Amino acid sequence: MEKTPEELYREREKRVLDAIALKKPDRVPVMAMFSFFPAKYSGVTIREIMYDPEKQWKAYWRTMIEFEPDMDQNPFALRYLGPLLETLDFRQLKWPGHGISGNFSYQFVEGEYMMADEYEEFLFDPTDFMIRKYWPRVFGSLGGFRKISPPRHIVTYAMGMSFGFAPFNTPEVAAGLDALKKAGERSMEIASYAASYTLEAKKAGFPMQYGGFTQAPFDTLGDYFRGTKGLMLDMYRRPKEVIRACEKLLILMRDTAVGAAAASGNPRIFIPIHKGLDGFMSMEQFHTFFWPTLKDLMVALINAGLVPCPLWEGDCTSRLSTIGEIPAGRAWYGFEATDIFRAKEILGDRVCIKGNVPLSMMATGTPEDVKAYCKKLIDIVGRDGGYILDAAASLDNAKVENVRAMFEFTKEYGVY
Amino acid sequence: MNDKLINLMADLQEEETMKMVGELIEAGSDPVTILDDARKAMELVGKRFEQCEYFIPDLMMAGEILQGISKVVKPRIKQAQVGSRKGKVLIGTVAGDIHDIGKDIVTFMLDVSGYDVLDIGIDVPAETFVEKTREFAPQVVALSGFLTLAFDSMKQTVEALERAGLRGGLKIMIGGGQMDDEVRKYVRADAYGKDAVAAVNLCREWIGG
Repeated sequence: MEKTPEELYREREKRVLDAIALKKPDRVPVMAMFSFFPAKYSGVTIREIMYDPEKQWKAYWRTMIEFEPDMDQNPFALRYLGPLLETLDFRQLKWPGHGISGNFSYQFVEGEYMMADEYEEFLFDPTDFMIRKYWPRVFGSLGGFRKISPPRHIVTYAMGMSFGFAPFNTPEVAAGLDALKKAGERSMEIASYAASYTLEAKKAGFPMQYGGFTQAPFDTLGDYFRGTKGLMLDMYRRPKEVIRACEKLLILMRDTAVGAAAASGNPRIFIPIHKGLDGFMSMEQFHTFFWPTLKDLMVALINAGLVPCPLWEGDCTSRLSTIGEIPAGRAWYGFEATDIFRAKEILGDRVCIKGNVPLSMMATGTPEDVKAYCKKLIDIVGRDGGYILDAAASLDNAKVENVRAMFEFTKEYGVY
Repeated sequence: MNDKLINLMADLQEEETMKMVGELIEAGSDPVTILDDARKAMELVGKRFEQCEYFIPDLMMAGEILQGISKVVKPRIKQAQVGSRKGKVLIGTVAGDIHDIGKDIVTFMLDVSGYDVLDIGIDVPAETFVEKTREFAPQVVALSGFLTLAFDSMKQTVEALERAGLRGGLKIMIGGGQMDDEVRKYVRADAYGKDAVAAVNLCREWIGG
């Protein structure tokens, strides 16, 4: 008798949870970060995906139903962004029609959104710094907030209140407040689509990979505030401030994940790792600047009942012994270009491993190449469980037949 | 040659290096010699990078120090004294991709290694590569890309150079985030370089210097 969607949901979820707990499931779980692959697969443009929630729903739904991943990703939070980006005049992304020519995915705009001499201001009162300095830089529509005075100055009738609200009467600040209200509507719409999608997917038998997103404090500081170059130079010029900022961000990064998991009811937290990799810093710098607050973040999440799911982008083979220092069986580690076979040797009894069919193979190779690589992954990394098969990172430009080969082969050959 | 200056800079001691450069200028040292020493320090930095003692932040820091020295020293050098270049390299990030950190490091390392580098920016259409190759007449074209979307853009760029009859005698190298030798075959470039020093070594092999 055919299984009900409810049975399939439980079966898929258990398969993945067993792998996370370092047990041997019924077969190797398989999933993917489809990213913008569903656009090409369904014959719609990336711009349509970003601006039309119904088209987005259809494209991602079809991909999920046809490839049947053991866990899928809810697309709305990171894909249905067009109207919100426009409302805010967002400066940290370029997207089709806004700085990206052609049918390509949106991309991050590197920059110093916090200056080298602003660490103290950030550390003293991060929220004030963000509203009055950072937001005006990353959201063009909130430029007027440069004019308001620090909220902490408005204490009571005798202190700040009488004159303190005057800036809110200026056209620039009023325009910012208006944009915030519109952004609120957009956010509500994204949240509502995201919640419905997760619910409908559940009814159809598919759990979601992630219930929230956070980042290593050092990555947050480098990606969004100081810029890659700025932060790399800060490690030499103001190392103490970098460490203090990471410690401050640790609390923000923990709370954002805990809040998201509570809202979604899903404990798995996606953590893309960007700047701590081999080549991006020395081992000493990794131990000084990157790992302490990332480890604290992951342990804090685990203690809060969550499951950290970092994707170690690039190559972090030299870090493998260090990054095993977290409680066993409580996370999954996705690897991109790391020697995943070595990862199994070093981390096999600590953490569930996920990955890593190379994107170059997914985009330029043949189904036979993909199957041969998956076989090796299942034979070696999948031995005795604790493993999830996935591509190395986002599938955006993968060939359809290669994606099909990855899923079909794993479901057939990956049975324990 | 001033070993102390070379070592200070190669050890990335920014403050001490700049202090010493200031003192040397004050004492009437030849600015050309100071710049030569800075280049020697950069060679050491490159070697340490190759030997995995140094990493990307170290290259960036070395670049900052070199820029600091150049700012002080270059106004004191007469144009005629600037040495001739070893060969020409055209570099750019291919169409659709707006990433520039890797490209900028490669450009910088090629420049300090003595090559005449023309950086034509990010999200560069294949036709622009063709046009600039025709104008600049480089021996090497370097295609940069961070994302998988760059695979096809690189392929189209190589094909456009072929169609324009510029491929013969031209060496093409690729590099960046998702690139590897499989992609090199797919786009039909001559080589894939995994980092900035690999790019310099490829140029040395192809055009000498």
